[in-house]
Amino acid sequence: MSAPLKHASRGGRWAVIGVPYFWLLLFFMLPFLIVMKISVSEMETVNFKDVLTFKDGVLALSLKFSNYALLVQDDLYFLTYVSSLKYAAVTTVLCLLIGYPFAYFMARAKATLQPALLMLVMLPFWTSFLLRVYAWKGLLSEHGWAADFIAGTGLDRLLVAFGLIPAQGQLMNTPFSLVLGMTYTYLPFMILPLYSNLAKMDLRLLEAASDLGASAWVAFWNITVPLSKAGIIAGSMLVFIPCVGEYVIPELLGGPQTQMIGRTLWDEFFSNNDWPMASTVAVAMVLLIIVPLAIFNKYQAEASERRA
Amino acid sequence: MNAASINKWFGRGWLSLGFIFLYLPIVALALYSFNNSPVPNVWRGFTLKWYAALGTDTEMLAGLWLSLKIAFFTACSSVVLGTLAAVALVKYRRFSGRTLFSGMVNAPLVMPEVIIGLSLLLMLVSLQRALGFPERGLMTIWMGHLLLGMAYAAVIVQARLQDLNPQLEEAALDLGARPWQVFALVTLPMISQALMSAWLLTFTLSLDDVVLSAFLSGPGATTMPLVIFSRARLGLNPSVNAIATLIVAVVAIGVVAASYLIARRERIRATEMAAAARAS
Repeated sequence: MSAPLKHASRGGRWAVIGVPYFWLLLFFMLPFLIVMKISVSEMETVNFKDVLTFKDGVLALSLKFSNYALLVQDDLYFLTYVSSLKYAAVTTVLCLLIGYPFAYFMARAKATLQPALLMLVMLPFWTSFLLRVYAWKGLLSEHGWAADFIAGTGLDRLLVAFGLIPAQGQLMNTPFSLVLGMTYTYLPFMILPLYSNLAKMDLRLLEAASDLGASAWVAFWNITVPLSKAGIIAGSMLVFIPCVGEYVIPELLGGPQTQMIGRTLWDEFFSNNDWPMASTVAVAMVLLIIVPLAIFNKYQAEASERRA
Repeated sequence: MNAASINKWFGRGWLSLGFIFLYLPIVALALYSFNNSPVPNVWRGFTLKWYAALGTDTEMLAGLWLSLKIAFFTACSSVVLGTLAAVALVKYRRFSGRTLFSGMVNAPLVMPEVIIGLSLLLMLVSLQRALGFPERGLMTIWMGHLLLGMAYAAVIVQARLQDLNPQLEEAALDLGARPWQVFALVTLPMISQALMSAWLLTFTLSLDDVVLSAFLSGPGATTMPLVIFSRARLGLNPSVNAIATLIVAVVAIGVVAASYLIARRERIRATEMAAAARAS
């Protein structure tokens, strides 16, 4: 890649980097700084007061941290954050449990079959996410296919016993329907990075292990799983981070007991018109996902370095 | 039965169950769009009346038209900006602020949409107060979708650029082509498939988006997903099933046709390369 770099004109280089860079700074970074500012602003009837005011030769800085204080003191906000993290974590684990074997068997299927299988995983990903979530509303409500199946197999007794649904025959608007909807929606995000990782694995390593006397099971845990670590991390982050702030799925499939932080932000903004509070909730949400976000970015950067 | 065949059958079973899980909702959605019953989930015979009703559903049709316009603009602009970002990240290994740049390109992929929507809206509101524009509507929704689309386009194009053989570009430069000529005549044709996938993906993403559109839309600018979402919130609605079936059918046919064309072109290219190798 060094030759084009040497020849490339300075102007070309400046435009290629500058245009997207400037765009992202202006429409991604700056808006977020504004949110941080508004989260510490005072609400004045319809306008919010400027944080920094210059009046009579005096520069005044007024920061209002009461929103953040409320966030910490009010149990409702705190519990909502905790439950968002909890549902996102459960969803991630379920996606991994279903998605890992799925990606594994896909990667070990006949080479001629693999493009078709990959296509079949991608296809729901291309079709509307909103409509697929809506479809579960039908499947889980009274006389829906999934509802009948769960009642027919007696699975609902198990769900009641675990406290995932309040009573038999009441599947919708419960923690169960919420987690099911999120697992369903985000499963392809787990399968795809795992598949691309597992498909690239050098199978001779497994042959070597078996020649040295390792059983298939031992080889799987000691070779396949550690080698697919990057895929596991990428997939988990792709599921976990958006799940924490998910709005559409809790709104359509969740219930009053499954309040999630994305919905709280939405309600603060659209129902209460409290922009500073909505901004505070957003800033706190970013703080919550900043570590997973950093891990994800590091992985993305490393993956692109490796390929280059 | 030995261990290998147990493994094989377990694998087949797991894949089948997984695909049933992925496709069952789509099948149910389509089937019940033909249900001649006002009560959802109770089958009362076949009908096309929900499709006929869509023809006079002005709210849905206006939403669809607006969504298609936004999706078209989003797809075109996302591919341009995403390609620039991808080229910047692949060709220029070192420039100041590269880490921040790659972080900003990748973050929208996972960043909860409520955060992107809220922050962009608050900035646009401040801008509007200062300058008097932009009005909330098509333009502002497009800006939000572009942020998301750009990230997806950049990932797709970046992956393709990294697989390219750099010697081809170097050869063109050595033969005296200007850098922009190299890009237009050598690089672009080689990444055209990636550009097409990126265009299609960002188009469907924009056509499907609820959260960003809700934050960034203004009075009179209701996209199709917003119409669907407001109906779906209230409960099951056969009109949603009908429009859903149409969308899923169009997208599925489009994606399958596109991948078929891409696969065919690959085959033709492989045959030509083999022929060229034999000739030399």
